[in-house]
Amino acid sequence: MSDFVLWLQNPGLSHFLVLSAILFSLGLFAILTRRNAIMVLMGIELILNAANINFVAFSRYAAATLDGQVVAIFVIILAAAEAAIALAIVLNIYQNFNTVNVDDLNKLRD
Amino acid sequence: MSLFNIIFYVFAVMTLAAGSVVVFSRNIVRSAFALLFAFFGVAGLYVLLLADFIAVTQLLVYVGGILVLVIFGVMLTQRQVSVDIKTGTLQVWPALIVTAALAGSLSAIFYSTEWKTSPLVDQTATAPKLGEMLLGDYLLPFEVASVVLLVALIGAALIARREKKAS
Repeated sequence: MSDFVLWLQNPGLSHFLVLSAILFSLGLFAILTRRNAIMVLMGIELILNAANINFVAFSRYAAATLDGQVVAIFVIILAAAEAAIALAIVLNIYQNFNTVNVDDLNKLRD
Repeated sequence: MSLFNIIFYVFAVMTLAAGSVVVFSRNIVRSAFALLFAFFGVAGLYVLLLADFIAVTQLLVYVGGILVLVIFGVMLTQRQVSVDIKTGTLQVWPALIVTAALAGSLSAIFYSTEWKTSPLVDQTATAPKLGEMLLGDYLLPFEVASVVLLVALIGAALIARREKKAS
């Protein structure tokens, strides 16, 4: 137990990794349980942020280079593209089906 | 307790608390606003990790762009005009057990592993080095990413503006 208290008192690489693991699980929980498509998107954003924390933490502690930060920039770029496309699709679905409940969207055409 | 510890725990608690509100709140508007604080907390963690450029990019892109898009999406896809916008959940308990087990096992692995760390390199500003890397080693991914972003944004505008055809 004293090991754990000692660990808590010295934030380092593993603290950031544990934080990102918890954030990842929160995002996964949102994706699994929410029925609203926009809530699912928010869960995906949380997961992408968790992955980014890992990249930047490893770039800071494990490697002496900035490669992890470059990858984090690419993740942010793709997250922006993903959010724009996904919300456009959600808006289009809402126009056609009048709902964004992912359980009700089981048809590919009108 | 050093200053680093205090700041780390402030931002960690802020991120996780806001993330929990995002996930567990029944009100989707409250979730969207809690997402703002989760993004802020992550940006603070980036500053602690000496990634100043990533932190600013996080604020500009996530808080300024993606979050606004998400809130637009929330407002445009709800029939109710009132604040009382609820969203349903399903299979809460199995999902809770699975994700709690995943979080616990991942945390245990991260906690018990002896990570090989290298000594801290003294860094002042990361932006010039990142710029040199983006136009050097990472030139091809950088150009591909810019084309992907352009195509995605044009496609998003095209999809969102498509009118429903009168049949």
